[in-house]
Amino acid sequence: MYASGKYSSRGPALIPRMKTKHRIYYITLFSVVLLGLIATGMFQFWPHSIESAADWTLDKRSVHDAPLVRLPVSSPIPERGDLSCRMHTCFDVYRCGYNPKNRIKVYIYPLQKFVDELGVPISSTGLSREYNDLLSAISDSDFYTDDVTRACLFIPSIDVLNQNSLRIRETAQALTMLPRWDKGMNHLLFNMLPGGPPDYNTALDVPRDRALLAGGGFSTWTYRQGYDVSIPVYSPLSADVELPERQPGPRRYFILSSQTAIHREYRAELERLKEENGEALLLLDKCSNLSQGVASARKRCYKGQVYDYPQILQESSFCVVLRGARLGQAALSDVLQAGCVPVILADSYILPFSEVLDWKRASVVIPEEKLSEMYTILKSIPHRQVEEMQRQARWFWEAYFSSMKAIGLTTLQIINDRIYPYAARTYEQWNNPPVVKWSSVNSPLFLPLIPPRAPGFTAVVLTYDRVESLFRVITEISKVPSLAKLLVVWNNQNKSPPEESLWPKIGVPLKVVRTKENKLSNRFFPYDEIETEAVLAIDDDIIMLTSDELQFGYEVWREFPDRLVGYPGRLHLWDHEMGKWKYESEWTNEVSMVLTGAAFYHKYFNYLYTYKMPGDIKNWVDAHMNCEDIAMNFLVANITGKAPIKVTPRKKFKCPECTAIDGLSLDQTHMVERSECINKFASVFGTMPLKVVEHRADPVLYKDDFPEKLKSFPNIGSL
Amino acid sequence: MQAKKRYLTLFSAGACLILLFCFGGIQVPLSRKGPSRRDDRSLAGYHPGARWRRFSASLQPFSPWEHDQSDSPNEHISPRQKRDANSGVYTGKRCRMESCFDFSLCQRNGFKVYVYPQQKGEKMSESYQNILSSIEGSMLYTPDPGQACLFVLSLDTLDRDQLSPQYVHNLKAKVQSLHLWNGGKNHIIFNLYSGTWPDYTEDLGFDIGLAMLAKASISTENFRPNFDVSIPLFSKDHPRTGGERGYLKHNTIPPYRKYMLVFKGKRYLTGIGSDTRNALYHVHNSEDVVLLTTCKHGKDWQKHKDARCDKDNAEYDKYDYREMLYNSTFCLVPRGRRLGSFRFLEALQAACVPVMLSNGWELPFSEIIDWNTAAVIGDERLLLQIPSTVRSIHQDKILSLRHQTQFLWEAYFNSVEKIVLTTLEIIQDRVLQHTSRSNLMWNSLPGGLFTLPQYSTYLGDFPFYYAKLGVKPYTKFTAIVHVVSPLVSQSQPVMKLLVVVAKSQYCAQVIVVWNCDKPLPAKHRWPVTSVPVIVIEGESKVISSRFLPYDTIPTDAVLSLDEDTVLSTTEVDFAFTVWQSFPDRIVGYPARSHFWDINKERWGYTSKWTNEYSMVLTGAAIYHKYYHYLYTTYLPASLKTMVDQMSNCEDILMNFLVSSVSKLPPIKVTQKKQYKETMMGQSSRASRWADPDHFAQRQTCMNKFASWFGTMPLVHSQMRLDPVLFKDQVSILRKKYRDIERL
Repeated sequence: MYASGKYSSRGPALIPRMKTKHRIYYITLFSVVLLGLIATGMFQFWPHSIESAADWTLDKRSVHDAPLVRLPVSSPIPERGDLSCRMHTCFDVYRCGYNPKNRIKVYIYPLQKFVDELGVPISSTGLSREYNDLLSAISDSDFYTDDVTRACLFIPSIDVLNQNSLRIRETAQALTMLPRWDKGMNHLLFNMLPGGPPDYNTALDVPRDRALLAGGGFSTWTYRQGYDVSIPVYSPLSADVELPERQPGPRRYFILSSQTAIHREYRAELERLKEENGEALLLLDKCSNLSQGVASARKRCYKGQVYDYPQILQESSFCVVLRGARLGQAALSDVLQAGCVPVILADSYILPFSEVLDWKRASVVIPEEKLSEMYTILKSIPHRQVEEMQRQARWFWEAYFSSMKAIGLTTLQIINDRIYPYAARTYEQWNNPPVVKWSSVNSPLFLPLIPPRAPGFTAVVLTYDRVESLFRVITEISKVPSLAKLLVVWNNQNKSPPEESLWPKIGVPLKVVRTKENKLSNRFFPYDEIETEAVLAIDDDIIMLTSDELQFGYEVWREFPDRLVGYPGRLHLWDHEMGKWKYESEWTNEVSMVLTGAAFYHKYFNYLYTYKMPGDIKNWVDAHMNCEDIAMNFLVANITGKAPIKVTPRKKFKCPECTAIDGLSLDQTHMVERSECINKFASVFGTMPLKVVEHRADPVLYKDDFPEKLKSFPNIGSL
Repeated sequence: MQAKKRYLTLFSAGACLILLFCFGGIQVPLSRKGPSRRDDRSLAGYHPGARWRRFSASLQPFSPWEHDQSDSPNEHISPRQKRDANSGVYTGKRCRMESCFDFSLCQRNGFKVYVYPQQKGEKMSESYQNILSSIEGSMLYTPDPGQACLFVLSLDTLDRDQLSPQYVHNLKAKVQSLHLWNGGKNHIIFNLYSGTWPDYTEDLGFDIGLAMLAKASISTENFRPNFDVSIPLFSKDHPRTGGERGYLKHNTIPPYRKYMLVFKGKRYLTGIGSDTRNALYHVHNSEDVVLLTTCKHGKDWQKHKDARCDKDNAEYDKYDYREMLYNSTFCLVPRGRRLGSFRFLEALQAACVPVMLSNGWELPFSEIIDWNTAAVIGDERLLLQIPSTVRSIHQDKILSLRHQTQFLWEAYFNSVEKIVLTTLEIIQDRVLQHTSRSNLMWNSLPGGLFTLPQYSTYLGDFPFYYAKLGVKPYTKFTAIVHVVSPLVSQSQPVMKLLVVVAKSQYCAQVIVVWNCDKPLPAKHRWPVTSVPVIVIEGESKVISSRFLPYDTIPTDAVLSLDEDTVLSTTEVDFAFTVWQSFPDRIVGYPARSHFWDINKERWGYTSKWTNEYSMVLTGAAIYHKYYHYLYTTYLPASLKTMVDQMSNCEDILMNFLVSSVSKLPPIKVTQKKQYKETMMGQSSRASRWADPDHFAQRQTCMNKFASWFGTMPLVHSQMRLDPVLFKDQVSILRKKYRDIERL
């Protein structure tokens, strides 16, 4: 490609020099060019050593150079196409094989020009611009393979997008000439305008045996569910006209009809609606007397007034897309592009990509018979929904309608999803516009489950060398009824943990894990030793929590198993002066984080912290030896969209004697560092996932005037 | 290559470009990205001439600008005629709603279902009985065929296996003699089994005409999309209502269970259905992939037994089916005699992710359920790849598949009633088209049966999808005060209450539901407030009218109040901020509890101070407006009438309803205190709380409700939510909700 750049830049400079005396020279040059073209055609079959030049010229080769194939009159015609075909009966799945990437491989036949015995081509247009775009897009995608033996899906380069330009019988014959045709098995045809006058079939009339059809305008009777793919009718305006996205909201007109070929019965009905509802409706039609040179496709008229099409579509909340002779209408694409909500009146029409797209979120489908009730039906739709539909419509266009590339790759992805259903794209991936993808949450732990109390929790104590304090913590925690196991993470590589006999004797198993490196992330590793869902992370100096407080914390966690449930709460604030986030540990009325110095959470989050933490946060935390708790709060809030739960009243957690040592200055640098963490994490997550709440959890009878001994958790806030 | 030749090539190429330039034929893609493509190719085994590349010459568009010319409006036949023609042509196997269903029957009265009266002497299986009674108990039922849009036979069509004892003979004649049959139009026929040994065809043995089929084990070939409904195969012991919860109680991490993939079932030596099962032993490894078959079936299996039988049978007896089911990550569901099997529902309930090996089976409720989110759909042809496929599934995916099995099981499958209602709702969605559920409503909590699109088609109007859509509920509430006693003095509790509530910064509007026998008081007698106070005369003065989904509620949240409730503005504010975090639950003050009374063997109700609660009474509670709609339309008339006649228990019923939707307890905020002035001595006249029967009635209600729901939906909670600094040792000035601490 570098070659092409170089030569083309030299090109224009040569032109002005063209003078008569050089004419002979240029005649020679032209003949050289012709020779070159022939040569490049030949180079295709030459060994690779010359590819630098040959390849580039190949790109420029013309359609007219495609090899000619003459179809004998007697060549066979495929079967018409079997309506009962499904993936498991008509598709050879062995060709797709097992594939670690779960991606099908697609082969495109080289272009050939088919003519009948008299030399008349099988198609009046040959390769169309759109089909060329489509095939090029596929060949640039990672679906593509040029190795025919490895392909799972075959795409003929015979253009059948528009049936009108085809000679049906000869096209069918051409299909059977394809080297791998084999009754059309695993072949995919793209067609957008099926059928022909007078009855307009809703699927391509070309006999095609078992080939899959990606068709625009299927009806429920011709569409083979789970086999064919319903695709949009591409609108050329998509490429030609740029319509900026408009903010969703009310528009000047309520309903707009802009199609030109509406049956007179329907036009009469629309007129009647217009009479009843006046200005809210705009009924446009072809312009009868446009001056020469104006593209009639780009203008619409109402009573002599001329409107620009498709710009006018942006002025309406709803746009009518009525069936014509065909079910599929290119107008649908224009309407979506304009962010106008399509009102689709086409009975039995299989909407484009309906296998994966949820059209109820982007359109209104009304039976043709109810055309006269259209206004009432549309009026009943809530405003907020209309706005969401406008956004959704535009998103559908951008993602799936805007170019032949989008249409082609979506089709292949749908087929891909059928072959590897366990790796299929999800509903959310297909349907959520980026703005929703960004703000919505999809936690894998979405089921409202309150796990049983019995398995209890595993306490994980991270320690370095404070053995005395550690032993006090262990003794205290061991009194909690639901404690199932105690796991000490020994983070000191230079010193061995005390001998077994020296450890406090407790009623539950106690395990010591020695780590290889002194890293904070060791505290959040999903150790196999943790056999319960619930984990209590606790520091080796937290001795001020009572057994009741811990047991209550566990009970609260059971009611909120997908949240962090902890004791000391913290808050993030937006510092308007500095224009960044700030960490706050003062007595506030709000909470957005709980410290993991003492917190219950699901073991799943250990796994997430260790393997799924976005960006470099995990390493950053290990390097700075700080903020692992903030990182955990970010992670959980981001995946669940929920705030943590702070339990029990505020109090000092560390032993009173250990706090006074650190001076105020140390405290301040600490706060600055923590604030930095928040800003760093927010930028890595690309958003601020933390949620602020104003509540904390207490036992039902906390501080109630009620005999303490009858309370389940009397000893709350006492130390 | 010689330099000369290369030069020539390059030169000609360049010249060629110039030429094309001169003719203006193409735009040279100067900006096209580097040479990487070519390099890729040489690595990937490039075959000369095989690669497809873009043609850059000017090509014609596939359709001329005005392609609709041919489409010219008035040439083709009238659309009306076309529609009529369809209904004549597309019948039988090609039936669709458009051609075989009469929508006009549904237009007058909405979607109503009629069940033919049962005829004496006609034998009927228990399952079919359950189906019919589920319909008769639903809100869609009508006893009047003139109002009906859908008809259900009282002839048992569930088992059409001629060899079965349940088989009903002469069905053809019996069906034809029904005077409402009308060729089967707008009828639905339920079927679980069809065909018989050895080929088990899907023929029902009688002409169903234009009727829809709700059939188990239906194949994609016979399934008429958007017309038939594929239902799951369920056993005769399947509960009619209520239904068991899913088995999942824990989310173990890592999510793998003892076995990776299991199956235990028959291998048929004669007749169809065993091709895949015969090959299972290839994949069996007796460690984590345990696929067991037995040859023992029927009386004379010994006669047909093959070489593997003895070995297989021995291995088969070593394992227990239930043990395997509950301890496996994936469960194989291969076809049997028919495409579907009981195993499917069993695996679903056991949170064992089903691995389908039944090519051509139209999965149950495939029209609305996205099975890729709850099952692995395998291909029988690729049996040998199944172990590596399931092993490649990521841990996160396993967790979410597992959760989805549980959601789907409880939402659509765990009782006959759910299966039948889901079938009917699917058809209703087709009939009402523009007010139908979106995919998200069907496939996420709490499921389509609790999400009624007639309320709204906008997802954001429901309390369930805020997180999914990334939106928040409206930040104001509407207070609804239920008034039963006349206005006599300005110091009446209700007057104070109105002022206090209207003062809340979150209050958008106050609605007074006037359920008092006295006529409405004059406007000026109500207190002056900054927000509008609307007085609505209660419909027939029944207590349920406090839960009507009034159009005048402009907000998502409703604060429901009794006339004698005592609350402060701070308490109202705090409760509302809490509700915003839990929009699908009831958040409020007066907590109550239920318990199982062992002596009397029934549910009990208590208002005592306890360490846990399961209800928050609607005398002072915030919840989503949608629950008003559900209360009014989803609950049966029998329960609502009972509540209205007693003027009691409406709050309990609301708690039952919300908990059965959310599967979670309500949320109590802050400390217990007396909420009723009446209890503090100055009893207001005719308070229902003073009635001695009141408490006994509430016990009865609990049990009546539990029996209708088929289960006890209430869930206990041991915690309440207080303001963060509640009763903390800090200056009261630092606290946002100071008044709450004053009792």
